[in-house]
Amino acid sequence: MTVDLSVDIGGLHLSNPVIAASGCFGYGVEYADLVDLSTLGGVAVKGLFLDAREGHPPTRIVETPSGMLNAIGLQGIGVRRFVAEKLPVLRAHGAVVIVNICGSTIDEYAEVARILDDADGVGALEVNISCPNIKKGGMMFGCSLQGTHDVVAAVRRVTRRPVIPKLTPNVTDVASFAAAARDAGADAVSLVNTFLAMAIDVETRRPKLSNVVGGLSGPAIRPIAVRMVHECRQAVDLPIIGMGGIMTAVDALEFIIAGATAVQVGTVNFVDPFIWNKLLTGLTDYLQRHGLATVSDLVGTLDITDRDTAWTSS
Amino acid sequence: MLLDVDAVVVSNTHLSNDYNVLALAAPAVASQTQPGQFVMVKPGGGDDPLLRRPFSVFEVLRDDARRVTGLSLLNKRVGVTTRMLFALTPGDRVRCLGPLGRPFSVTRPPERAWMVAGGVGLAPFVTLAAALQGRHVRTTLFYGGRSANDLFYLDTFRQRGVSLTLATDDGSRGVHGNVTIPLARAFGDADLATPIRVYACGPTAMMRAVTALAATHGRAIEVSLEQVMGCGLGGCYSCVVPVQRDGAPAHLVRSCLDGPVFDGRTVVWEQLA
Repeated sequence: MTVDLSVDIGGLHLSNPVIAASGCFGYGVEYADLVDLSTLGGVAVKGLFLDAREGHPPTRIVETPSGMLNAIGLQGIGVRRFVAEKLPVLRAHGAVVIVNICGSTIDEYAEVARILDDADGVGALEVNISCPNIKKGGMMFGCSLQGTHDVVAAVRRVTRRPVIPKLTPNVTDVASFAAAARDAGADAVSLVNTFLAMAIDVETRRPKLSNVVGGLSGPAIRPIAVRMVHECRQAVDLPIIGMGGIMTAVDALEFIIAGATAVQVGTVNFVDPFIWNKLLTGLTDYLQRHGLATVSDLVGTLDITDRDTAWTSS
Repeated sequence: MLLDVDAVVVSNTHLSNDYNVLALAAPAVASQTQPGQFVMVKPGGGDDPLLRRPFSVFEVLRDDARRVTGLSLLNKRVGVTTRMLFALTPGDRVRCLGPLGRPFSVTRPPERAWMVAGGVGLAPFVTLAAALQGRHVRTTLFYGGRSANDLFYLDTFRQRGVSLTLATDDGSRGVHGNVTIPLARAFGDADLATPIRVYACGPTAMMRAVTALAATHGRAIEVSLEQVMGCGLGGCYSCVVPVQRDGAPAHLVRSCLDGPVFDGRTVVWEQLA
C-alpha cells in the first residue's frame, strides 16, 4: 500500500511533514551536498534580521543530559544577502523554503517580511518571537500576548505568504499565545522553541555559556513539547508544526498524534545529518502498519476517551 | 565524499592513565583524509551523551600491503565522551563522520616544516609528517607535555625523518618549561634565507604564543583550533572563531567549515574563548 505523506499547512504544500528546524540547518545550502533538499518537507533556515549580526561570543553551546543548551545569538548574514546568495541555491535544489524572520522592533519584522514577499522561492515565513538568547526582540514579543498579536499582525499586513509564528514554551499557557497568533491572522503556529535554561561550571563558578543563559533543546524537552502541542490542538483550531527533541520516527509520530500537521527536526541533525530518510521510512512503515492512506489522517488522533482531562481545561 | 560509518574498534591502546589511541575500521573515511582534517565521533547510540565530538585523524592505518584499513584517534580522558572512548574494547562500535574541515597546506622544499604540538595537540601531526616526508620536506617537531610520560609516538616521528625538540613542564624530558622556549631559541638561530612554515596545535595560549613568534620572525603559521563543536557541518554556528582578513573588521567564522586550520595571523587571539 502506498501512503501519502504530503500535508498542507496554512496554504503551504509539503511533500512530507518533516522539516529541517531553524537554527539547526544553517541556511540549508551547507547540507546541499549531503542531503537531497527536495526530499525534505521543508527547510526552515536560520533566523534572519534586516542586517547582518555577529551573535554571541563563544562558548555558544554546552551539552546537558540528553540535550544541549545554545546561545548562538542569531548570528546571520541579514535578509538581503540571504535573498541574493542563498535563496537561489535553495531554489535550484528544489527546497521548500521556510524563512525564519526576526526583529528587534515590530517595524523590523515587517521590513524583513516585505523584502521576502518580493523574493522568489519563499514558501512561508516563520516568525521568530521566541528566541531566548537575544536582548531585544525574540522572546520579548513572544512572552506577551499583545506583543505576539502585534508582531504577527504587522507581518500579516505586508505578506501574501503563509505566516507561521514560532512560539516560545517559556510561558504559562502556550495555547493562549496560539490563540493570539490566530486572532492576528496567522496561518499556522510552530512550537516549541527552546526552553530558557543554564548550566554552571562549579569549579570556576562561572556559567558555561558566554551569554549566561541559553535555550535547551534535544530529547530532554520532548515530553514537554508534546504536551504543549496537545494543549494548542485542544484549544485553537490552527495548523501546528510541532518540534522539540525529535530523534526518531516514533518521536515525530507522538507530535503528529498530539495534533501537529508537520514536524521540525533540529538537534538530531547535529548527531545524524542523514536522519531524514530514516524518519520518512519510519513514518511510512507506521502508516502502512496501521492501514492509514495519508499522514493527514493521523493528525490529532490522540485517544483520550475515558481519561480525566480536567486538569488541561483552562 | 563525506561519509558516516559505524566503525568497529580494532584496538584501543592505552598510552598512559589519560591518553589512548583508538583504531577504527573506517577505510573509506581514512583514505580520503588529508592532514589536519577531522571526524565527528560518537560512541554508543544513546541520547546521553547526545552530540558527537570532533577529533583530528591521528593516523591513517594500513595493512602490510599498504592498503588503507582505517584511522586512529588520539584521545585524552577529560569529559564524558572521552572517558567512554578511553574505555572501549575491540569489537565495540563508534559512529564516525568525515573527513571534515580545511586541511593543513602541505608545503614543499625548499621550505622547511616546524610542527609545534602541546599535549593532545599532537593529534594532527602524524599524518602531516607522513605527507611532508612524501615530499622530502625537512621537518622538526617541537613537542611539549606535562612530563616525559606524556610524550608519545616519538619513534613514529623519528621513522618519518622528523627531528625532535622536546619540552616538559616538570623538566623530566627535554627543555624544562613550555615548548615555546626552545621554539623561540630556534627562531632566533634560523637562517632568514631558509623559508619555514610553522604548524601549531595545542592549548590556545600556546598557539597564540607560537603565532606571535612566527609573526615576529616573518614565518608562515598555520594553527589547528579546537572549538566546542555541535555538528561539524556548518549547521549550528557554535564553533565560531574571530578572524580578521584583508583589513576587514574582525568577524566570527565557523571553524568546522573555514577551519579547523587557520592562518594564525588572521585569528583575533584576544577575542578567542
